[in-house]
Amino acid sequence: MVEIKTAKTHKGKRELEKRAPKLVESGKKTLILHGTRTSSVLKAVLSEIYHLKKESAIKYSRKNDNIKPFESGGETSLEFFSLKTDCSIFVYGSHSKKRPNNLIIGRTYDHHIYDLVEVGVENFKSMESFSYDKKLAPKEGSKPFITFIGEGFENVEELKHLKEVLLDLFRGAAVENINLAGLDRAYIFTALSSNRVFLTHCALRLKKSGTIVPRMELVEVGPSMDFVVRRHCPPNESIKKGAMKTTREKPKKKEKNVKKDAIEGKVGNIYIPDQKIGDMPLPNKAKGVKRERREAKLKNASGEHEHASKRKKEDL
Amino acid sequence: MEAQSDFQVDLGHLMAFNPHHSFPSQPSSRDELVKECLQKGTELVQAIADSLFHLPSTEDVDGPLVKLPPPATRLPREKHFPTPKPPTKWELFAQKKGIKKRKKDKVVFDEQSETWKRRFGYDRANDEEAIPIIEAKPNDDPNEDPFAKRKENKKKRIEKQESHRLKNLKQAAKAGALPSHIQLAATALPITGTQAAPKKVTKDELGNVAGLAATATASGGKFDKKLPGEKAAAHKGKYRKFLPVVEGSGIGSREKEQTEKIMNKIFSKNSHEILNIDKAVKTYNVKKEKKQKSEKSKAASATGGKLKPQKKIQKNPSKKGGSKKGKAK
Repeated sequence: MVEIKTAKTHKGKRELEKRAPKLVESGKKTLILHGTRTSSVLKAVLSEIYHLKKESAIKYSRKNDNIKPFESGGETSLEFFSLKTDCSIFVYGSHSKKRPNNLIIGRTYDHHIYDLVEVGVENFKSMESFSYDKKLAPKEGSKPFITFIGEGFENVEELKHLKEVLLDLFRGAAVENINLAGLDRAYIFTALSSNRVFLTHCALRLKKSGTIVPRMELVEVGPSMDFVVRRHCPPNESIKKGAMKTTREKPKKKEKNVKKDAIEGKVGNIYIPDQKIGDMPLPNKAKGVKRERREAKLKNASGEHEHASKRKKEDL
Repeated sequence: MEAQSDFQVDLGHLMAFNPHHSFPSQPSSRDELVKECLQKGTELVQAIADSLFHLPSTEDVDGPLVKLPPPATRLPREKHFPTPKPPTKWELFAQKKGIKKRKKDKVVFDEQSETWKRRFGYDRANDEEAIPIIEAKPNDDPNEDPFAKRKENKKKRIEKQESHRLKNLKQAAKAGALPSHIQLAATALPITGTQAAPKKVTKDELGNVAGLAATATASGGKFDKKLPGEKAAAHKGKYRKFLPVVEGSGIGSREKEQTEKIMNKIFSKNSHEILNIDKAVKTYNVKKEKKQKSEKSKAASATGGKLKPQKKIQKNPSKKGGSKKGKAK
């Protein structure tokens, strides 16, 4: 009959707070799953997407036969998974005769389906089939460059939607500062026609040029495939308005270890770890140390002689 | 060809978009296509890098850090905006009265023990309830236990505080601003008079009950509207399985199998009561023969011995056969 249910451990409380809605959101997590029938191509596609997004993706390996995102009743499972794993983008792969190598990329808002795009995968080339210098391989989790080429992305409704969804899927963590030395990958999406998009993943090679800006060279490393747009379900207008809202408020950052005193002014706390000076190894045995030792020995020796003579006197 | 400088670059997302390129309807070959895409891609990436490297950078241990501008393309949020918590009853009261929060010390000086103790919790400073002796006042009731009374008062205070906390949380939940680590569970009071907590129902039980409820309609639950995600009833109402009238070929006799199964079950249960006549007769005969043999050998060996040979008085060998027959019935 307990009315208030709280997390019983501090760790549990922290986990729940991580999932709470925030003012400024960091990257979305992706859920990768598949339906009852998947072709080998689709399995490879799903596992490669998982590798590309290793830190922020969860891959389910079981078959899910009751997920039909485009039907009104078939999305309850997806919403439940999204709630359990705290993922707001999902990639659902399935294979049927009517829709071979089918991939449904969808997003959720407040753990309810927001929008969906259905694409078919063709001409898939996996990461292993590309040979390149291993030093160029992009590191996991680096923020990628994303490029879209083609007028189709502006004119065709479905491609516009697909562009937004792909940007959301591949963009990585939403950060404010980036390290320029860590830029090593790029995704290239090309609209070949009004319903076909060519996707490829490349590593970047920065070459010296005369100016500050290095010359970019792209080397194809990653999976490359063609997306054929099949169906799409744009978001509901009212929900879209709610989801696209932004505020100018910045999250309040608490300044720790700083106190403003009336008398002393601004006072800060510094915490230093325990410096075990006695256990510190000296870098080199200074010659002075040796000399000190010798002198100490001599002193001791002379002291002993005195003691010895004293004792003798006492004995007598 | 030179209109390529018209890229849309979104530095916040490290994204670039070239809206002007259009592919010829018949691309030459796959490799050519890939090459052209890479070429175009390189141009775009170069354009992003141009603006990126011109941003003011700070030197860091690993490399130059650059602060990205806010992104131009808006992407939908994954969760709704956090709504601010409505002020609690105490906060409203404090606002009205002008009471301000004061920063308190962790440790307070305790006069009784003359040490520094914590402000609250176990073994706190200036605790009014931890005194061993309570002085009686002239108007005190002699039958009343002051220690028990204090305990009760404390319990009441705690209950009151909990109810206030619950009310505040309910207000927050109404406004949609419940703290993330708290959930309000619905209190299910049992309809019966007893205060027993409701029994936790398992998934299977719920399914059965739901099935029962569904079939309790006039049409047996066939035409009810199903909720999204609801599965069909597990037991469709057919409880007996009858064999087909015409036996298909290649299955073997299913009826024979069925009857055999039943027979085996019966036999295995009652196997200790069923008597196999032939077996019984055989075992008896074998035993008897063994006995006779052993006696003969004994008699043969015992003639030269000290012991007197035990003369077996065989009464009526023929009668034994007769008695055997009787037993076998």
